[in-house]
Amino acid sequence: MSQTRRKFINTLLGIGSLGSLGAIFYPVLSYLVPPKIAEAKVKSLKIGTVENFSPDSSKIVKFGRKPAIIVRTEDGEFRALEATCTNLDCIVQYKKDTKQIFCACHNGIYDLHGRNISGPPPRPLGEFQVNIINDEIVITQPG
Amino acid sequence: MIKKVYNKIEEWLDSRYDLSPVKEFIAHKKVPVHRHSLWYYLGGITLFLFIIQVLSGILLLLYYKPGEDSAYESIRFIITEVKFGWLVRSIHSWSANLMVLFAFVHMFSVFFSRAFKNPRELTWISGFILLVLAMGFGFSGYLLPWDELAFFATKVGTDIVGVVPVVGETLKVILRGGEDVTGATLSRFFGIHVAILPAITTVLLVLHLLFVQRQGMHEPKEFTELPEDKKKYIPFFPDFALKDLLFWLIVFNILLFLAVYFPWELGPKADPLSSAPSGIKPEWYFMFMFQTLKLLPAHILFLEGELVGVLGFGLVGLLWMLYPFLPFSRSEKKLQITTIIGVLAILFIVVMTIIGYLE
Ligand code: HEM
Ligand code: FES
Repeated sequence: MSQTRRKFINTLLGIGSLGSLGAIFYPVLSYLVPPKIAEAKVKSLKIGTVENFSPDSSKIVKFGRKPAIIVRTEDGEFRALEATCTNLDCIVQYKKDTKQIFCACHNGIYDLHGRNISGPPPRPLGEFQVNIINDEIVITQPG
Repeated sequence: MIKKVYNKIEEWLDSRYDLSPVKEFIAHKKVPVHRHSLWYYLGGITLFLFIIQVLSGILLLLYYKPGEDSAYESIRFIITEVKFGWLVRSIHSWSANLMVLFAFVHMFSVFFSRAFKNPRELTWISGFILLVLAMGFGFSGYLLPWDELAFFATKVGTDIVGVVPVVGETLKVILRGGEDVTGATLSRFFGIHVAILPAITTVLLVLHLLFVQRQGMHEPKEFTELPEDKKKYIPFFPDFALKDLLFWLIVFNILLFLAVYFPWELGPKADPLSSAPSGIKPEWYFMFMFQTLKLLPAHILFLEGELVGVLGFGLVGLLWMLYPFLPFSRSEKKLQITTIIGVLAILFIVVMTIIGYLE
């Protein structure tokens, strides 16, 4: 009798302890994951007028929460690419001497359409659509 | 006079708490003397540097303000306005590096002298965890000044976590406090650096030291094989303790020399909207791992190269930690496998580090 009673109480204690552990760890672990910050989804962005950019130059702007790199090529064309390197998250730059996009962290190289051409980057950079409306440059997320 | 006061205090305590076990322990603790005795001081030096870290860290805390708009500015303030602020910061940074260095050397000396063997397995394991924690201190502390180099190095370092399958992305978000390295990351790293790591480290350090005290110093094989009358010991107290003190003073002087003549620098402030500068490098003690990841091909079989690297280092770290339990670690042959593994490990670390800095 007392044996089954002991067993019963031990089981009860075991289940109770497991339950308490769960009641502690589940909220704590959930707490560690930061909540997603609700943010108006940016579809397109005005980044200034054509005159603001001289040929063969670049600028980094904030598109939503991510940086984007705007390049005006030598012949005056505009290109806009995601500026976050697909290798390990550094921010890329426009190289005037080679006319390429370059990442200084591990020497990753992309062409001006964002295609990864050498170095560690495994994927291309996303390319934005660039429209010029009344001299004002608007970049739009593709798709 | 001092002696009298000291005796009074001792009597007072003794009559209340019975200090005889402690006195007994101190009186009988002895340290073997032999060709390799010098290595016995390395753990103590690491301990000394840890104490310096705690003290200089507390001083920095008086002025440091975490936050995207205040961290960099507060460090500026410490090194330009606060009297001797530059020195405190410089000591904290230099001592951090020396501590990791001495922990590494201590670990390898223990490895080569086979001090990890039965019965000291848990000393080895707790020591390895202490080394990992020391590296965690380094990684989290590196970001706190919020300068350009630190910002990008942290971006790269935390992004690597993302390659781990299934849990990688979540781990990365937890570590960063969001998708990207932002002020939220800084808050987290600050908490990790000044609260979480010190707490865990203190517990492990106490365990590590208790294990060592309980078992006494490891005696190398050539020493145990000596006839009893040839074995030389010195008492721990005061002989060994004074020698310890001497080494601490020497290291303290080296530390001061480095901190004064090579004050720790502060780069330009981090700007999340600027291109990464060249010369982004992890701290030197991460370099060998980082360089290995870089040298791995993009794909190994059907897996991403980086994934193979990260999992590989995880596995090797685990095996290294459990080394005393691996069957061949007990081998008694002349050219022991332990020596070979140790030499290979050091060669690998040194070569990879050098390649990393040459690039
Ligand atoms: C924060 C870092 C560390 C501190 C403060 C520390 C401190 C100490 C101290 C004071 C001693 C006694 C004196 C000595 O043998 O040098 C010791 C011994 C020892 N430590 Fe550490 N240690 C650290 C890291 C490590 C690491 C990374 C390992 C190896 C993975 C390790 C393994 C050992 C072992 C096996 C002993 C016993 C040595 C013997 O009995 O001869 N320790 N440690
Ligand atoms: S982060 Fe760009 S090449 Fe590595």
